Amino acid sequence: MKQLLSFVRKEFYHIFRDKTTMMILLGIPIIQMILFGFALTTEVKNTQIVVLAPTYDDATERIVNKLNNSTYFDVVGRITNKDEIENSFRSGKAKLVVVFEDRFGEKFRHEGKGRIQLIADATDPNAATTFSFYASNIINDYQRSMMGTTKNPYIISPEVKMLYNPQMIGAYNFVPGVLGMIIILICAMMTSIAIVREKEKGTMEVLLVSPMKPIYSILSKITPYFVLSCINFASIILLSIFVLKVPVTGSFSALIFISLLYIFVSLALGLLISTLTDSQLAAMLISGMGLMMPVLLLSGMIFPIESMPVWLQVISNIVPARWYIEAVKAIMIQGLGFASVWKDMTILAFMAFVLIIVSLKKFKVRLE
Amino acid sequence: MLKYLLRKEFKQLFRNPFIPKMLLGFPLMVLLVLPWAASYEIKNLNLSIVDNDHSTYSRKLTEKIISSGYFRLTDESSSFKQALKSIEKNKSDIILEIPPHFEKDLINGQGTKLMIAPNAVNGMKAGVGMSYVASIIGDFNTEIIQDLALSTPAVNSSVPSIQIDSQFKFNPHLNYRVYMVPALIVLILTLLCGFLPGVSIVMEKEIGTMEQINVSPVPKGSFILAKLIPFWIIGFFVLSVGELIAWIVYGLVPAGHYYTIYLFASVYVLTVSGLGLVISNYAQTMQQAMFIVFFFMLIFIMLSGLYTPIESMPNWAQWIAAFNPLKHFMVVMRSVFLKGSNLVDLSKEMFALIGFAMFFNSWAIFSYRKINN
Repeated sequence: MKQLLSFVRKEFYHIFRDKTTMMILLGIPIIQMILFGFALTTEVKNTQIVVLAPTYDDATERIVNKLNNSTYFDVVGRITNKDEIENSFRSGKAKLVVVFEDRFGEKFRHEGKGRIQLIADATDPNAATTFSFYASNIINDYQRSMMGTTKNPYIISPEVKMLYNPQMIGAYNFVPGVLGMIIILICAMMTSIAIVREKEKGTMEVLLVSPMKPIYSILSKITPYFVLSCINFASIILLSIFVLKVPVTGSFSALIFISLLYIFVSLALGLLISTLTDSQLAAMLISGMGLMMPVLLLSGMIFPIESMPVWLQVISNIVPARWYIEAVKAIMIQGLGFASVWKDMTILAFMAFVLIIVSLKKFKVRLE
Repeated sequence: MLKYLLRKEFKQLFRNPFIPKMLLGFPLMVLLVLPWAASYEIKNLNLSIVDNDHSTYSRKLTEKIISSGYFRLTDESSSFKQALKSIEKNKSDIILEIPPHFEKDLINGQGTKLMIAPNAVNGMKAGVGMSYVASIIGDFNTEIIQDLALSTPAVNSSVPSIQIDSQFKFNPHLNYRVYMVPALIVLILTLLCGFLPGVSIVMEKEIGTMEQINVSPVPKGSFILAKLIPFWIIGFFVLSVGELIAWIVYGLVPAGHYYTIYLFASVYVLTVSGLGLVISNYAQTMQQAMFIVFFFMLIFIMLSGLYTPIESMPNWAQWIAAFNPLKHFMVVMRSVFLKGSNLVDLSKEMFALIGFAMFFNSWAIFSYRKINN
């Protein structure tokens, strides 16, 4: 035990003496959390519209104003020629072109019928469906207001209630994901070089001839990084509560418990990478670059896992971030507790166990 | 001079057996697997219905929603509270509550209300799901009005109506994969051409070979250039691999020209690699370099409009995005691939990228010191 403690102390010195690296390790999560927490939102706002109306009249003008005044749209230009539509899309000037038919206002007033065409840039299909929907809603509103007293009595008016996030605050959607992503990437990157650096520098030999058991070297490597990661977690969670105003509506102890578990899994993952690689470069490329993509796309942080093909859903099961993010969403946003996240906890604990066992097996006690 | 330096760089790069494996393996892994994850299928939203009316109309409406193909009925609850439970268990994504006397109120012409409650923990899913339900209800409503109008003709004739046709250009099948594949190619290019230069100088510092360069008469400019060119070539290689996969696996060819893409890529790779070299110059250890590159890369990716629209971000974030080279190249790739934009359409992006490339590479030359301190 005394042996282990002195090795832990050695690892602590190793890391905490390098002040610059420490600052970087502690600063990165803070800046990223603030940036992403405030900037990311899936809401549709300020979509650029170009209007094409052969004749501008009162009715057209009113509809255009109504569109422009909503938070969803900005009218950035008016064109009079159909050939210009293509151009405004290609140069990225417009996301939506609203085409009024010839003599729209006159027809609308006298015949009671008008036609409007919404041409959307559907390169981003979700945004396109959403803003087309908003635009038709606004036009329908106008139409309804024109009915005046002859109000149609047969209207079904849908009321929308956004559960858990009634104001559709972007941070609510992204904080759990960003939290899970930052923790796993930084933890794995930190430990991924722990062993391989000693191999490269030649100090590994000293470690190997010492009477330390491999499990002790692995544990003593993880400990200081575990402390660092806990500080990181604390700063991120405080930021999200006090700066981003995303409250923890569920059980706080459940959140802390699962986070510690997750940090341990991430560190163990980095350690496994470290035992498997021969160079710091390879270790860091795998942990930084190689992990980033699956964590971004397979964790359910952005793209819901249920809508992936089945084989990918199976693959996503091995991404630890998937389980953590799911649990954090349940605890922070939906306000649930231990009872509803025990499955995620069990899976993470199992992952930690497997990762440590495999690292131990792969930990070579001899130099090549 | 440059010739020998280049030979040294290539040898140094490819002697690590991991690098060539990664240059081929990484694009393959990302492009073969991840576009399937990124396909935002909005077809299988799970719907929970609370039908308090149990009438012909409420059943008709339910049927209409299910037959649209976007929803699966996974839960029928007797109260809103109970439906909420199914959301908590992740069994359903969206609740539709039909009030009592739904049919009666409609026929009597009193108007009626429906409640749509999507699980907004995932904002995008909630938004899209909500707009689908609402537009199906709108259609249903029109049918009902026509139905009822037949029996009471006075209603319809006086109502002015606007007919709205929606048309989806460039991606008429609303296929999300088409949108993501070009973006993923950009990501691969950025990560490879950012991380590798990021460690290339600092690695020499750690190994000690830097000392040899420092005592040689190699000019600063040539040294940086020799560091840049290999990544430039790697960039072209990776881009070509990416385009090949896009074509073979996803049948995706640019609507515009390949040369527009390569022209932009040639400037873009210089920009990211330049940034990497700047970081590498300042870093003391590989670990530091890696973390700083990682820091910038993640910010570039998240603020690039990869999946959240730039226009919706707050103003200050839009300013950061304006100085994000990845954002510009992302716009370029998507526009050329899907909309067939040409150099003239994208001149703004071109100027921006040239500016960034010059800035970072001059900085890289400037910050390279031949004296250790």
